[in-house]
Amino acid sequence: MEFQFFLEVLVGGLLAGVMYSLVALGFVLIYKASGVFNFAQGALVLFAALTFVGFQNMGLPFWAALIITLGVMVLMGIGIEKIVLRRLVNQPPISLFMATIGLSFFIEGLAQMVWGTEVHGLELGITDEPFEVGGVFISSFDLFAAGISGTLVAVLALFFQKTKLGRALRAVADDHQAALSVGIPLQHIWAIVWAVAGFVALVAGLLWGSRLGVQFALTLVVLKALPVLILGGFTSVPGAIVGGLIVGAGEKLAEVYLGPYLSGGIENWFAYVLALVFLMVRPEGLFGERHIERV
Amino acid sequence: MIYRESGQFKTSYQNDSVIFPIKQDRMFIFALLALAALVVPMFASEYMLSGILIPFLVLSLAALGLNILTGYAGLLSLGSAAFMAVGAFATYNFLVRVPGMPLLLALVLGGLCAAAVGILFGLPSLRIKGFYLAAATLAAQFFVEWVLTKFSWFTNHSASGVISSPPLEVFGIALDTPVSKYLFTLAVVVVLALAAKNLVRSSTGRAWMAVRDMDVAAEVIGIPILKTKLLAFAISSFYFGIAGALYAFILLGTVDAQAFDLHRSFQILFMIIIGGVGSILGSFLGAAFIVLLPIVLNLLGQLLHGIVSTQFLSNLEMMIFGGLIIFFLIVEPLGLAKMWQITKEKLRLWPFPH
Repeated sequence: MEFQFFLEVLVGGLLAGVMYSLVALGFVLIYKASGVFNFAQGALVLFAALTFVGFQNMGLPFWAALIITLGVMVLMGIGIEKIVLRRLVNQPPISLFMATIGLSFFIEGLAQMVWGTEVHGLELGITDEPFEVGGVFISSFDLFAAGISGTLVAVLALFFQKTKLGRALRAVADDHQAALSVGIPLQHIWAIVWAVAGFVALVAGLLWGSRLGVQFALTLVVLKALPVLILGGFTSVPGAIVGGLIVGAGEKLAEVYLGPYLSGGIENWFAYVLALVFLMVRPEGLFGERHIERV
Repeated sequence: MIYRESGQFKTSYQNDSVIFPIKQDRMFIFALLALAALVVPMFASEYMLSGILIPFLVLSLAALGLNILTGYAGLLSLGSAAFMAVGAFATYNFLVRVPGMPLLLALVLGGLCAAAVGILFGLPSLRIKGFYLAAATLAAQFFVEWVLTKFSWFTNHSASGVISSPPLEVFGIALDTPVSKYLFTLAVVVVLALAAKNLVRSSTGRAWMAVRDMDVAAEVIGIPILKTKLLAFAISSFYFGIAGALYAFILLGTVDAQAFDLHRSFQILFMIIIGGVGSILGSFLGAAFIVLLPIVLNLLGQLLHGIVSTQFLSNLEMMIFGGLIIFFLIVEPLGLAKMWQITKEKLRLWPFPH
């Protein structure tokens, strides 16, 4: 019985972890392709979810709303590239990071200005009935979300490793100037990456939105994704998944077994401390690229 | 014409190493200090003092701390507010638990506590770099917030988790009017700003800059990396701690751990980005900008009042804020301090074109 309870907590944590990975994935994409630590990912998640719900409330069917929202996200990606990033080429990474914080404020304001600030429900038509596998209850919604995330990760990993575009993306991440000099169109590449990140944000927004309700708190999932990111390494798509699993499982187990001794509420920082301790051993994350430093 | 340094000769080493080498700069600073210390208390309204000037001074101090850490030592931190919280709560406990504790000593001790916590969370910085470190400093942010909320010992077992400032006095003078609070804050900030200005041009400051520009190279020329980085964490956290205590007791009076949340950390980061990374002056310019912007936006909002809803306005404010940050980064990535420097260069030639 004791072991079964442990398993249930573990599986619940692992499945929740996949949801974290989904957000972390958006970060990894942009970091890998442009070296930008994109703090606005959470704002994109909120914007995507709000836009989708907004169109659905206008009476559009699921698929129409999905396609229109996807279009909006792609336009947004192109817009961000044209208005913000193009003017910041070759700036130090901290400037780009700050620009994305500014961007996240802008997008959050915009999203709420257009679609309002009230909490919207989001129904994806998936029943959330727990079912039993070997005495362990698993939420079917979690399983569905995990399936979607897994597929997304597999597709993106293939895209980065196998396609010409993926190679170009990795080249840009390595060195803006060098990539430009071998004829990679930097502007197009960035627009594509931000559009893809918008797509990932849409998926994350739909799954998280139907879990938490579509509201401002969605932007806070960024803070859940960060420890996943440092655990897995900023540059690794599989790292985002494994990091998510570790963080999800660790968080749930700690909450159940350590929480009572520490009077609860530890889920806010546990993942960060876990990641911090881990980083002491491997500073570039699980799958991050090792940097060799020379003078 | 006016701003020209020709004819100012440096005839001794002492002359050569003064903080403000140009005579006009010195006069400007003295005039500014005199204005701030003598004229402002006479004429400024209560709102002007406690709504604009005190927040500006306190936040400048915090920005100064972050500028030491990020601007000079190159260690990006997103946990500034946590160290401010440590300073505020430590000062509170010293004041409440030790009878007859003078305020200044409590402030310094509070700052030292913050410095100790800063060293603790700075330890990983030897191995972790860049954005990994930034994300790791978030651990400090959330952990400290949790500890201060969960354990009632820190708030002297106050039921609501709120700490209220005890009656404050310095050398027998009670700090109970806006003017006295303002003057006290001004004195603390001026002393610490001068200390920082001197620090960054000392060997410590040069070691920080060497580590910032390339840590491996710095190590090769014999700079102890860990010590240098930890010193940056300690000193910047000391500044945060003092700023936090001033923020809690001089500015607000009553405060809980939520006043020092992630949002505050970002606010301080914005200040140094807009003001200028790696510039003491920039910390002040950035703080002034961040304090004044919401006030100006609010005034503009009042003009539009009735035409649009308040919710629309608050969202518009967010958009303008975000937009301005991006605008600044694109137009002048080195911030207001750099703009000021360019203006000064131009002033040296003015009004003649060559």
